[in-house]
Amino acid sequence: MADPMRVRATESGGVVDVKILMKHDMETGQRKDSSGKTIPSWHIAHVAIKAKDKEVFRGQFGTAISKDPFLNVKFKGAVKGDEVVVSWVDSKGESRTDKAIVS
Amino acid sequence: MIKKILVGVIFSFSHSFVFAQSNAEEIAKYRQMIADGNPSELYEAAGEELWKKPAGPKNATLEQCNLGLGPGVVQGAFAQLPRYFSDTKRVQDVESRLMTCMETLQGIASQDVIKESFGKGLRKDIEALTAYVVTASKGAKVQVLAAHPQEKKMFDLGKKIFNYQGGPMDFSCASCHAEDGKRIRMQDLPNLTLAKGAVEGWGSWPAYRVSSGEFWTMQRRLNDCFRQQRLPEPIYGSEGTIALSMYMAKTAHGGVIQTPGLKR
Amino acid sequence: MNKQRRSVVQITALIGLMVTTGLISQSQAQDWNKAAFDGKSLDDVMKALGASGFEKSNAITLNAPDIAENGAVVPVGVVTSLKATQMAILVEKNPSALAAQFFFPEGAQPFVTTRVKMAQSSNVYGLVKADGKWFVASKEVKVTLGGCGG
Repeated sequence: MADPMRVRATESGGVVDVKILMKHDMETGQRKDSSGKTIPSWHIAHVAIKAKDKEVFRGQFGTAISKDPFLNVKFKGAVKGDEVVVSWVDSKGESRTDKAIVS
Repeated sequence: MIKKILVGVIFSFSHSFVFAQSNAEEIAKYRQMIADGNPSELYEAAGEELWKKPAGPKNATLEQCNLGLGPGVVQGAFAQLPRYFSDTKRVQDVESRLMTCMETLQGIASQDVIKESFGKGLRKDIEALTAYVVTASKGAKVQVLAAHPQEKKMFDLGKKIFNYQGGPMDFSCASCHAEDGKRIRMQDLPNLTLAKGAVEGWGSWPAYRVSSGEFWTMQRRLNDCFRQQRLPEPIYGSEGTIALSMYMAKTAHGGVIQTPGLKR
Repeated sequence: MNKQRRSVVQITALIGLMVTTGLISQSQAQDWNKAAFDGKSLDDVMKALGASGFEKSNAITLNAPDIAENGAVVPVGVVTSLKATQMAILVEKNPSALAAQFFFPEGAQPFVTTRVKMAQSSNVYGLVKADGKWFVASKEVKVTLGGCGG
């Protein structure tokens, strides 16, 4: 499985703030390696965030999202102690799912 | 006529000064915007896993590694490095000490780390472990007095190397880092000869460097400084590199550690 | 099978994977919008997103620095008081303008912050779809290249 994400979820005034750091090279397909060969593009394509079995956010990334992507989203409908589940799938089919408890 | 020229010069000087000031402010704003969510945390998490995972021919973890405060004590350990270790009878920085632990506890030869390239294989493991160790000292004060005779020797050696001019451009570390107010393009250069500058430098590396998208330990930062000066590449974890770290750390004594940092 | 078709097939297979593993719901399964991500200009992208047009709106705040120390990591945030169901971030002078798009189901706050790569100083666009219409806010971000220090 791919390297773990860092997910932090905090609730304040009924709004859950989720901050995520994903480990991914996010190759644009424009770079060349030391021998002059083009490094093929490889990037996170889909991100999905669920809380209490309901989807609360979805995103599609292109290659222009920075390496080791950062994402910050907010939603209503969860409280302290609830679980937030973050998943991503990349252009090679690799995936990663990580959870955090809302604090 | 001369008055007009003078006024013109003064105006353009102050104008470019104001321009430079607001540039520095904008860059400070940029750094603040990305401060929360430092990808160093990803390396820290990987480092913590490596610390606790059995590895090497001895199939052991690093949980008995002594970084100076006792076996397995990570909290606050970075703040007192580099320091003299009685088991190896030499002064060591965090990377060389981690290599020692990997060798004695896990059976992984230090030469295999030294042979490797930055960001790859065993070096990458040391980088992650370093992120884990330094994060456990974030907010602590640098505690490096260099009281032990070996430590004092290393401090003196570090200072000598710092000021040693060489290479095709006759550079030394001091060429960039021995005066206040210097910069390279848009980055301010800390004056490492004084406590304030030393804390800025020593206290903000290791760091995630966005331009390479990788976590840079001090060994890598020093290696790149040598490259920029067009000096030969130092051997990983060598005495000279530890001496330079000792020089910076002692000069930074008492300052607050901000690492892991986030750099351009 | 040429590379482009293979990646489209891969992406389609991925969607299937995400749906079966419950990562995205059946009803909301959409292809990774290759046409939009290949778009070179703002107009190309908006057409691929199904927008017939877009208008400027003061109800969108685009948070981005005036100067980015390095184009590899530029923080960009979009927040709006409009009832957003979808958002997109574009960098005008990038080889492909669309950096990312986001979907906001019930309960999601119309807010997102991420970091993008910018090839050079450029306008950055934050697009918001609300009530079936697209709105935009933009900001110029200067990119410097550190090069040596720090």
